[in-house]
Amino acid sequence: MTDKKQDLIDQNLQDLNNDGVDRRGFLKCMAWAGTGLVWTLGGGIPVSRAFAKSHGKDAGKGGDFSFVQISDSHIGFNKPANPDVTVTLQTAINKINVMPHKPDFIIHTGDLSQLSKPSEFDTLDQVLKGASARQIYFVPGEHDMLTDNGEQYLQRYGKGTKGTGWFSFDHKGVHFVGLVNVANLKAGGMGSLGHEQLEWLEADLKGRSASTPIVLFAHIPLWTIYPDWGWGTDDSEQALSYLKRFGSVTVLNGHIHQVMQKIEGKVSFHTAMSTAFPQPAPGTAPSAGPMKVPADQLQRVLGITDVNYLVSGRSLAIVDSPLADSSSAASGSGRGLAVVDSTVG
Amino acid sequence: MTKKNVWIAGLATPVMIAMLLLFAGSPSVRANDQPAATNAEVKIDNFSFGPETLTVPVGTTVTWTNQDDIPHTVVSTDGVFKSKVRDTDEKFSYTFAKAGTYPYYCSVHPKMTGKVVVQ
Repeated sequence: MTDKKQDLIDQNLQDLNNDGVDRRGFLKCMAWAGTGLVWTLGGGIPVSRAFAKSHGKDAGKGGDFSFVQISDSHIGFNKPANPDVTVTLQTAINKINVMPHKPDFIIHTGDLSQLSKPSEFDTLDQVLKGASARQIYFVPGEHDMLTDNGEQYLQRYGKGTKGTGWFSFDHKGVHFVGLVNVANLKAGGMGSLGHEQLEWLEADLKGRSASTPIVLFAHIPLWTIYPDWGWGTDDSEQALSYLKRFGSVTVLNGHIHQVMQKIEGKVSFHTAMSTAFPQPAPGTAPSAGPMKVPADQLQRVLGITDVNYLVSGRSLAIVDSPLADSSSAASGSGRGLAVVDSTVG
Repeated sequence: MTKKNVWIAGLATPVMIAMLLLFAGSPSVRANDQPAATNAEVKIDNFSFGPETLTVPVGTTVTWTNQDDIPHTVVSTDGVFKSKVRDTDEKFSYTFAKAGTYPYYCSVHPKMTGKVVVQ
């Protein structure tokens, strides 16, 4: 990015709020690691600001909790973009284990493996065993269903799920829904949920109070980011139509190996970094293939996402911050979710 | 048989043998009038098939080679052929015995499409 362009962006962002944030450094960090940005929804209006250092200052109150999203660990990948993806996943788990607030559980949003090989799943299991959070929820990525239509994935990670691995659960007043949009993909299309899953989703949400916070997670983004690269889900509109009446909806995805966010009405969309390798920003490369960065930069573009749910108010806070910055923090007053992206380094 | 015919047969035999040997040494021609067996290549690179449309004669064996860092598949849209997942540098071949148009895609990245036209 040229300095001129950078200045323009700096000016544009300068007066959004008065929090003394160094936007230049901030944006450099954001370039494609996409970290360091805080989204707060107050009365449905999103406000961006820097993360505070008082990580989780509101956490610990009755009903508050946090969970961590990890994604795209691609165990088995061994090309130059990251010759040792097991080590970077281990680093991510280590980061989670030393968090000041213990996450209640971990969500893995798919591409656990590179080639759906049993040995890759074994290695993943071995690393995840070391996580302090015992409960881990999974949805598959396309790399986890490369053989046997995902049978092995279902046996290992999808026990008790429906169809190709979708499910829902409740945790401390929040309703979580894991969806599968990587199965039975059609020529020329993007991600797909399919009729059966959509029917299940509609029934699953029916009868729930509109004030129930909903967290929806799936591998491929449930919003169209870049159709040329298939970064979207063909029938996501249908799924989202069932969520319109809810006051707080958070959608967490992986697949694109970088942080992107969008807020549309009461729905905030968020994609996570990979623990394995970065991918280029949409349209900035001939294809979405793994992006090679200097070895010492790699861990700045890999990361995890920390989501904080705060019951003590009425706002939803989503926080992105780099793991490289150990003081990165999520804060937010109010009832809501805070999402923190942190790089592995 | 007259003396002259014997002479012709005697001359023709070595000529025919020579021709057979010549044909046997040429991979593109077979004695039984079958269409020529040819090969063609499709490269999988940067999440695309190249060439996207490949036109070949009946009997051609097409070989796809994955040159990406990411695994792909080669799957006929009409269920005619289906590769296993192909990682970097792995190949898949299919011999097209009938004329027709064969659209295909990568079932992992369905935006990747191509077709083979067999004439």
